[in-house]
Amino acid sequence: MEILSVEFLVASAVGLLTAAGIYLILRRRTFPVILGLSLLTYGVNIFLFATGRLRVDAPPILDKYAKVAYTDPLPQALVLTAIVISFGMTAVVVMIALAAYLSSKDDRIDMPHHPEDEGEDA
Amino acid sequence: MNHFLIAPVVLPALVAPFIIMVVRHHLDLIRIFSLASTVALVAISMVLAAQAADGTVQVYELGNWPAPFGIVLVLDRLAALMVLLTSVLALVVNLYVIGTGWDERGANFHALFQFQLMGIIGAFLTGAAFNLFVFFEVLLIASYGLMIHAGGTRRFQAGVQYVVYNLLGSTLFLFALGTLYSVTGTLNMADLAVRVAEIPAEDTALLRVGAVMLLLVFAIKAAVIPLHFWLPASYANAPLPVAALFAIMTKVGAYAILRMYTMVFGPDLAITEGLAGAWLMPAALATLALGAIGILGSYRIGRLVAFGAITSMGTLLTAIAMFTPESVAAALYYTLHSTLAAAFMFLVVDQISERQGIEITAQRPMPQSGLIAALFFAGAIAMAGMPPLSGFLGKLLVMDAARDHDLVWWIWAVILVSSLITILGMARAGSLLFWKSHGVTAAASGQEQPEPYEEEANEQDESPPQRVAALPIVACFALLSGLILLTVFAGPASRYAEATATQLFTPQIYIDAVLGRGTQ
Repeated sequence: MEILSVEFLVASAVGLLTAAGIYLILRRRTFPVILGLSLLTYGVNIFLFATGRLRVDAPPILDKYAKVAYTDPLPQALVLTAIVISFGMTAVVVMIALAAYLSSKDDRIDMPHHPEDEGEDA
Repeated sequence: MNHFLIAPVVLPALVAPFIIMVVRHHLDLIRIFSLASTVALVAISMVLAAQAADGTVQVYELGNWPAPFGIVLVLDRLAALMVLLTSVLALVVNLYVIGTGWDERGANFHALFQFQLMGIIGAFLTGAAFNLFVFFEVLLIASYGLMIHAGGTRRFQAGVQYVVYNLLGSTLFLFALGTLYSVTGTLNMADLAVRVAEIPAEDTALLRVGAVMLLLVFAIKAAVIPLHFWLPASYANAPLPVAALFAIMTKVGAYAILRMYTMVFGPDLAITEGLAGAWLMPAALATLALGAIGILGSYRIGRLVAFGAITSMGTLLTAIAMFTPESVAAALYYTLHSTLAAAFMFLVVDQISERQGIEITAQRPMPQSGLIAALFFAGAIAMAGMPPLSGFLGKLLVMDAARDHDLVWWIWAVILVSSLITILGMARAGSLLFWKSHGVTAAASGQEQPEPYEEEANEQDESPPQRVAALPIVACFALLSGLILLTVFAGPASRYAEATATQLFTPQIYIDAVLGRGTQ
């Protein structure tokens, strides 16, 4: 069952999420780009989780009186921080993209050059 | 432990929510608190700079957790210098924004402004790599809000690009940090430096990947080619006083490069020897060249100055990429200059766009044309690095430091030619805006003729004329006098920069202070 080890699953999940994320980010409209950013942040979260080494069935607590195997707790704290930040950032980018879409009636990510909206300086 | 060290982070972090929650509906109170906080920041950072000036490295352990385990803030000469620069710039921009009423054009300007300061200052002070990421996010999320302040279709569209680009950068930052952590098991910068030096060379493939990814992240922040694409559109479409504050944001990237690649992946470290410099130098030179060409090709004043900011980042990173004490000292002096110069230029350009719009075209002469033209002229001189102002000295120092570098002729040629192109571009814009305008007759501009004067008359009716008219100009002159002071006191300033560079190239002091070894 070597092929279905935890390492293989985690690595392929990171790879798939990153690949899909990058593909979507290169799209032309804001919606797929934001989806791509979300997938990419999922990918990086799993990647961060794996940086403390993968260990099955081990608590993230060090017991100095017993010689037990433990898993590194720090990446889990990092992942938590990263999740919170990426969640907030996704909310912000959705709001700004929505504002851009509602005011220009167009959700293209590139800035089309409309000569008529030159006088936008507020 | 000196609790004063965390004050510049805590103060804006407390003032911002106070502004949102308590005084939200009173513009005058908001302004008073925001301004008071910024003035206090200047005072605090002056004290910190005085404390750091003797070369001691102070460490603040948050929650009293010892260094490799807890988060630390570290104050050395470099951090103190950057914090001081940030708070001085913030004070001027704050005065300008209050004077022009930019803060009335959208919600929560001052709260976002304070959060932005918290993020920038935190990024300069922190001694932990993951904490650097967190402060980057704080400053970015505040900058997203500031960038789309006052709204507008184009600003929102540019905002989306800016946010997406920076979110990608943040994700890459996390990948880089994860890679470094998986190899070294630490994220404290001083501890990283120790562990990286101990790892045997054959196990460092991942570490080098992490180092390069980290360099890419900081290069995005510093707007180095080919990662600069976010800058022109976002700076030019942001409210221009906000762009003036953003002049310090690209320097955060340069600071991070300087910090990480002198301490953790230092120039003497065998596994990454010359790696940062070898990649950064051509990119920096290309940045410089492209910025100059962009100045020449800009048809809007915002883009003109945005490309000016790119040019200055090119010069700055050229100096950093040499990684010698002399070049870093030159880079630090040039940092001070280019931040003030870019901010000054953004404020002047905002004055122009308030009077006649953002296009670089000949229109009827604007009100106070002479004064604005003089300010633009001074800013153009500063930005191009022409003699009387400090940009000249900065570029001279950079070129002098390049004397022993392999690419010396390339560096000199690119700096000199791009300076020439910058002068041409600035002269073109200036003469179109200020000289050609006298040739435009009233008949040519048609019905729009009475408009600018009418508007100004209205403004003067509504509010006390002196204050509204004077404060923005005072802010511009404050930055200009900063540049002049930097020129007059170039000796002391460059001596401080040299001392800072020396400290950066003896990272052992920093490492010992953070890890609590040796004399403390």
